[in-house]
Amino acid sequence: MTATSTKNFDEMLNEDGSVRPAYADFCNWYDSQDKNWLKRQDAEAERFFRRIGITFNVYGDEAAEERLIPFDMIPRIITAREWRKLTRGIEQRVRALNAFLQDLYHRQEIIRSGRLPMQALRNNDAFLTQMIGFTPPGGVYTHIVGIDLVRTGPDEFMVLEDNARTPSGVSYMLENRETMMAMFPELFTQVPVCPVSDYPRRLARSLRACAPPAYQGGKRPVVAVLTPGIFNSAYFEHAFLADQMGAELVEGKDLRVVDGRVAMRTTTGYKAIDVIYRRVDDDYLDPLSFNPNSILGVAGIMDVYRAGGITIANAPGTGIADDKAIYSYMPEIVEFYTGEKPILNNVPTWRCSEPDALAYVLDNLSDLVVKEVHGSGGYGMLIGPTSSKKELAAFEAKLRAKPENYIAQPTLSLSTVPIFRDSELAPRHVDLRPFVLVSPEGIDITPGGLTRVALKKGSLVVNSSQGGGTKDTWVLDE
Amino acid sequence: MLGRAANGVYWMNRYLERAENTARLIDVGFHLALTRGGERPSAEEEWKSVLTTTGQVDAYSELYSDFSGPQVFNYLLRDKENPGSVLQMIDLARTNARVVRTSITNSVWEATNEGWMTLHDLMSRPVRESNLGEVLSAIRRQAMLVRGAMESTMLRNEVFNFARIGTFIERADNTARILDVKYYVLLPSVAWVGSSLDNVQWDTLLRSVAGNRAYTWLNPGSMDPKEIARFLILDGQFPRSLVFCYEKLRSNMAGLAKEYGHEVSAHELLRDAGARLHQITIDDIFEGGLHEFLQGVIGKTIEIGNAIAADYRFIE
Repeated sequence: MTATSTKNFDEMLNEDGSVRPAYADFCNWYDSQDKNWLKRQDAEAERFFRRIGITFNVYGDEAAEERLIPFDMIPRIITAREWRKLTRGIEQRVRALNAFLQDLYHRQEIIRSGRLPMQALRNNDAFLTQMIGFTPPGGVYTHIVGIDLVRTGPDEFMVLEDNARTPSGVSYMLENRETMMAMFPELFTQVPVCPVSDYPRRLARSLRACAPPAYQGGKRPVVAVLTPGIFNSAYFEHAFLADQMGAELVEGKDLRVVDGRVAMRTTTGYKAIDVIYRRVDDDYLDPLSFNPNSILGVAGIMDVYRAGGITIANAPGTGIADDKAIYSYMPEIVEFYTGEKPILNNVPTWRCSEPDALAYVLDNLSDLVVKEVHGSGGYGMLIGPTSSKKELAAFEAKLRAKPENYIAQPTLSLSTVPIFRDSELAPRHVDLRPFVLVSPEGIDITPGGLTRVALKKGSLVVNSSQGGGTKDTWVLDE
Repeated sequence: MLGRAANGVYWMNRYLERAENTARLIDVGFHLALTRGGERPSAEEEWKSVLTTTGQVDAYSELYSDFSGPQVFNYLLRDKENPGSVLQMIDLARTNARVVRTSITNSVWEATNEGWMTLHDLMSRPVRESNLGEVLSAIRRQAMLVRGAMESTMLRNEVFNFARIGTFIERADNTARILDVKYYVLLPSVAWVGSSLDNVQWDTLLRSVAGNRAYTWLNPGSMDPKEIARFLILDGQFPRSLVFCYEKLRSNMAGLAKEYGHEVSAHELLRDAGARLHQITIDDIFEGGLHEFLQGVIGKTIEIGNAIAADYRFIE
């Protein structure tokens, strides 16, 4: 099996080369466009992004302090029927994730029942003892979730990864749509596309619905976005969301605990915050509870949190639910808490901590994708089919040394969507991250998401840090 | 509004104003260097005097031994060794704009960001005499675009007031410094007050604060040193005079007091300084010494700026 298997599902074209229904309206429009004009628009898009400052910073790359994530102007299109099924599956999964977190930090029924081994928690840094026995305001752990999906067939979406800590990328979902609407306004009169632009309002409403006990009512709860600062790779997104929500964008140095509340330093004194949408990791949140050297967080925020003085979104300790070691148990977890069969499947996963699995993985290394349990961003992973003998041997040594650090999955034949390259369409592999909001009022999924695309021919790595790009994602209105 | 954000819009506007003022001083140096002759100083002395006005002559002298035009204006515009170069200020203005992105409108952000991109492109290589004019007018234009975007899109609230306060603190400081450095260079002896002098030189002093046309409108056909000093200090119509800057500071600070419902110590300082400026005449100023007067204004402006930063909690 190779990474460029011909069996890949092409989301636009049937096997006989005819256009699938999802793309029919778009292709009508595309065929009637002058390709030279499209090429100029394509170049214009980059200027547009630079001007409005949608950039991300790359760590350790000073020469290119601010880079653009490449944008491809061919949309990724999902039909209303496909989306309905997806949302049912996502909602089920997110409900299970929250119930799982509530259980893990309280009675741990799932461990008592034998469905999840204790060792999945033991020595796992993502499990925070500070959260044991505490229920966050409204009972919500994961206020914002990003579920990474891949498609392998006409009716088959699989969950590749759950992002329950601080999923990023939603600003690209919004700005990609803005860009498309600015570049091709007439296209949106010909294709019925569900809007995504009210995501920030939905986010603000969802966060406000989780106000802590200390919130007195009256004026609306005060929401702030906590950013590590302008050098963070996602600073643009933090500023963008705060701006669109009408929330304050704060840094750790703006905050301190005053009279049992977390308060921000305004021009007229300290003002209490009710809900903090933090974009800093658990470890940096509170130097008194976690990493004592952190200057990104607020000293004492965990005490305020436990006393009901503030809502932290997402709750600290949610990382345990999107840990790659836990991932392999997700089918059991969904069934345990919802009593239903999972609507969305997991990618089959071998836990290298188990001797039988490790033996299988070592025997089939060149066919598998191996990931670090705690890694992210596409770093530290092995893609067997595209790796050299030398790379395989090096990884085998790492696996044997610390098998419990790794999981392995089959190389999936990811679906493709065309990109615009040299005035023509060329298929490239994609994934999809829809964004999910959770509040006591319910689960809210914005129709769309972030489609990441591997721009290199045949490549399966869609991460922006590894040369991936993004596309606008359309969910068709019925 | 966060104290840190107030600090951000304040400095964003100070840096933009300073970049624009530096560009204007370079323009004047360039003009003077091109119009030598008679009793006028050499081109090198003119360029040195530009550095004196911006307060960078010592730092420059540590790096270079001569004052050739391209060396000086490249130092002022883009030298990586110069923490006060125009490019550095444009970087700082944009960094501050990024910090306060949620407080400014998209138009203001985009104008700042585009200015930053344009000026980096223009100054990616050493600037030559042949494209200096283009670079300088681009700097002025980009600063004006940001101010225009502010004027036409920002709410007239605390954010706007802090932005304007930054602009006028910087501008008052700039006008006072230029007048202080240039006046006695141009006027070898106080006894010369009232006598006819080299009109070209005085014209360039006015040009360095964008006041040459305005002065001519108000004083057709005359170039009188004392009148020029009065114009730059006391003329309430001229948008770079000290009186004008202080009047703007007063009204923006009044805006803050109204929005917040109370005054701070900076209001008191500003009231005293403003009243003094309103009451004084140009004869009083010369009687007490122009240099002493201008040094007093510069010191007071710094003091007011510091009080604003402290009173409104710019930093912890």
